[in-house]
Amino acid sequence: MASPIEQFQIKPIIPVINFTNSSLFMIGAAAVIVGGLLLATRKRAVVPGRAQSVAEVLHDFVANTLVDATGREGMKFFPLVFSLFMFVLTANLLGMIPGFFTVTSHIIVTFALAMLVIGTVVVYGFVKHGTHFLGLFVPSGVPGWLLPFIVVIELISFLSRPISLSLRLFANMLAGHIALKVFAGFVVSLLAAGGALTILAPLPLLMAVALMALEFLVAALQAYVFTVLTCIYLNDALHPGH
Amino acid sequence: MAQAQTTHATTEAHGGAHEEAGFPPFASETFGGQLLWLAITFVVLYTLLSRLVLPRLSGIIENRRTMIAGDLDEAAAMKSRAEEAGSAYEKALAEAKGRAQALAQETRAKLSAESDAKRKALEADLNQRLAESEATIAAKKAEAMGHVHGIAHDTATAIIERLTGKAPAPQAVEAALNQIKA
Repeated sequence: MASPIEQFQIKPIIPVINFTNSSLFMIGAAAVIVGGLLLATRKRAVVPGRAQSVAEVLHDFVANTLVDATGREGMKFFPLVFSLFMFVLTANLLGMIPGFFTVTSHIIVTFALAMLVIGTVVVYGFVKHGTHFLGLFVPSGVPGWLLPFIVVIELISFLSRPISLSLRLFANMLAGHIALKVFAGFVVSLLAAGGALTILAPLPLLMAVALMALEFLVAALQAYVFTVLTCIYLNDALHPGH
Repeated sequence: MAQAQTTHATTEAHGGAHEEAGFPPFASETFGGQLLWLAITFVVLYTLLSRLVLPRLSGIIENRRTMIAGDLDEAAAMKSRAEEAGSAYEKALAEAKGRAQALAQETRAKLSAESDAKRKALEADLNQRLAESEATIAAKKAEAMGHVHGIAHDTATAIIERLTGKAPAPQAVEAALNQIKA
């Protein structure tokens, strides 16, 4: 039987251009997003149908999350935040289909997305506010002798953001898929063991079903968490100084 | 496990330097390829979403918002127009009532004036007739009185003639009558 981590294996498809199963599912996710949204909105109906309602709900959901965290002026980042949310959500959910590769279960992918967010924050912060952006690390109303410590803590907290942002998503997807695979493996092992153990096989199956439901929740929730944190970090770029 | 090993082996054969029994997410030799395709995919996704999908989606939502706002405005305009029509109707009604009242007043005044005039004419006619009758009566009376003198003359003459056997002189009778009358 395959090991639980075999599902994370990167398998080349077209080695010359480094095209792998990961690349395939990235493109698949993008295709599902763009194709699905275009299909859903093709009628441009004033009274939306089911598919168009879903597309509008996704739009409004991300827009509200962004505006709540950053205010109206944050809407200039809406395409970025929407792309991130949709990409992470779709990649997570595609990974839930048995046999499909989970793009977001690789730390390099989630780290790259996190660095994209932090890079945007830093570049926009400096371009828009210049050195005033550094005020992010100097909270107001702190006693002078405490300031060096606070600045160091703020700096560490800022630098750990891309790590925590990427690790959270990566670890959730990885752990969930491993747990699913382990319980599914138990079912097969118990069936193969024969005798009294075979009778116990439905128990890990029930567990696997329950975990499946939980993983769907996690897939959506982690996409949301990633998006909310992105919005909060973007707020720092828009309004530095606490 | 044997199957997994085979997969690893084939992967290695295709992909080149693969760590045996390595944890795939930490296999750094796959990072380059993943990053490359993530960058390509994400740039394409971002471009398509920001240029094509999101303008369409927000266009739909914006369109609906303006349509609803327009409909509400139109409804408000219609309502105010209806109210205007209502007040115009009420004004017209009040005007008509006023006119009807004026007309009734006028008619009443005219009728009473007419009947007054008729009554006055009638009264004048009656008065005139009364005066005429009075004049006739007075004339008749004067005439009758005139006759009385003649009758008295004749009677007195006849009486005296019977008593005395001879007719008195008319001048004496006349004088006596005038004496009595005075």
